[in-house]
Amino acid sequence: MNRAALVFAGLLVVLLPVSLLAGRLWLDPFTDPRAPLILMELRLPRAVLAVVVGAGLGAAGAAMQGYLRNPLADPGLFGIAPMAALGAVASLWFGFAASPYMLPLMALGGAALGMALLALIAGRTGGIALFTLAGLMIASLASASTALAITLAPSAFAMSEIVMWLNGALTDRSWRDVYLAAPLVAAGIGFLLLAAKPLDALTLGDAAARSLGVRTEMLLLLLVAGVGLTVGAGVAVAGIIGFVGLIVPHLVRPLTDRLPSSLILPSAFAGACLVLAADSAVRILPLVTELRLGIALSLIGAPFFLWLLLRMRRGRL
Amino acid sequence: MILCADNISLSRGARLVLDQVSVRLAPGKITAICGPNGAGKSSLLMALAGLLEPSVGRTMLAENELSALHPQIRAQRIGYLPQEAEVAWDVAVENLVRLGRMPYRDRGDHAVEAAITALDLETLRHRPASRLSGGEKARALLARVLAGEPQWILADEPLAALDLAHQQTLLRHLRKAAQAGAGVVIVVHDLATAMNHADRVLVLREGRVVSDGSPDDALSPQNIANGWGVEAGWIGETGARALVV
Repeated sequence: MNRAALVFAGLLVVLLPVSLLAGRLWLDPFTDPRAPLILMELRLPRAVLAVVVGAGLGAAGAAMQGYLRNPLADPGLFGIAPMAALGAVASLWFGFAASPYMLPLMALGGAALGMALLALIAGRTGGIALFTLAGLMIASLASASTALAITLAPSAFAMSEIVMWLNGALTDRSWRDVYLAAPLVAAGIGFLLLAAKPLDALTLGDAAARSLGVRTEMLLLLLVAGVGLTVGAGVAVAGIIGFVGLIVPHLVRPLTDRLPSSLILPSAFAGACLVLAADSAVRILPLVTELRLGIALSLIGAPFFLWLLLRMRRGRL
Repeated sequence: MILCADNISLSRGARLVLDQVSVRLAPGKITAICGPNGAGKSSLLMALAGLLEPSVGRTMLAENELSALHPQIRAQRIGYLPQEAEVAWDVAVENLVRLGRMPYRDRGDHAVEAAITALDLETLRHRPASRLSGGEKARALLARVLAGEPQWILADEPLAALDLAHQQTLLRHLRKAAQAGAGVVIVVHDLATAMNHADRVLVLREGRVVSDGSPDDALSPQNIANGWGVEAGWIGETGARALVV
């Protein structure tokens, strides 16, 4: 574990108990008789889910930036998250979401379809340009289908459900969601860690990486599996939560030797910290209704992205 | 360990970039691949490195077909330096050089140090890639290849970004590697470099080998006229020749 991983793991250890106590009403675990129930059934699963989702998105962001050799890459750009969202929207549209497992399972089905399409189109050549374009087209198609589903929603209630869900949140999540997402995210991070060293070689370009023994088609499959599982599982339980994969590697990179392999694990910890902190913040904010986590992170992420663009224009990225 | 291309042809899109090329390269020598733009020099080098698979014919390392070798084993035997000096992230020189150990999956401290010393990079070892000049970056990238201690060093225009002094340093080092038993194949545009520093020169034109032999023979005024369509002649002593056009 490198220095950056230790720093963000340490931060996570500090944030986790704070998050458990944070809310519109701060919980006093020593005097409040309801505290054990609230902690075990509401706040702990929500916090663990924030850690799981954030870790997956952070690791996926670091791996995607390494693969595309571009600090502005985000795992959400490559079709898997919109496809997962489309699966979830379909379950809401058809009214299957009443069954607790159907929505996440259909979201995972959408993510799997996105991964399969991406691997099928770009997998043979392993070319980055084809991968990016295929991802963007899958994302466009999924977004258009989602918009169509909203437009043709069978009822105003279904439409509202879909729109609310798309905004991403960890409200009212339970241990069931944790059990569903955690193994998939862990497996996804495992795939991304297997891709870590080949990503380092890609720093020198495609030909140099292949001359160092990297099998680029295998690398692409590892990435599709890793990003698909982490992002797909994240969307399945929390909806669309953007910008984490974009922001987090930038927070981590200055603490590392800047090789992609040094970023993946620390980015998982940093992503967990970011989503946990943001989810705690939306609970504390004195608004009439709780701000959706996806909206909050977009409000942070979009200006951050613009700042990155400005830095890039000045040649400092 | 002989590296050879056996009657290979290679197409990129609809264009035939190598047309029935056969070469047999022995270790311990510096071979220069020359030719006009678009002659297929880089494609031949990539095919010899096992990075492009010929559509016809085969490339062999000793008794093994390159396409059948495990990529990691191939990477241990053949070091390849591409033409583009690409470094995507702001990695320090030492870490950049250490990437050359990837085929062995070890740190290879001794080999990394030797490569850093050989290319005069000691004072730059902690400098990030974004703060290197073109020549410094080219040296660091070549050191990356040397750190892998390959039996074959295949470099595509390794001198292009270097000043005169560093060109000489690099050529001296390639000669040292060849004397130690490695095979060295470089693509060069500067015919004087090929004439003065190579043991053997291959001249390509339109994907075919049009001359192959000692520098004196392969780069004779007649062959230069055939290859480049330019009237030129050599002046000076052996090893210090200059081309007069």
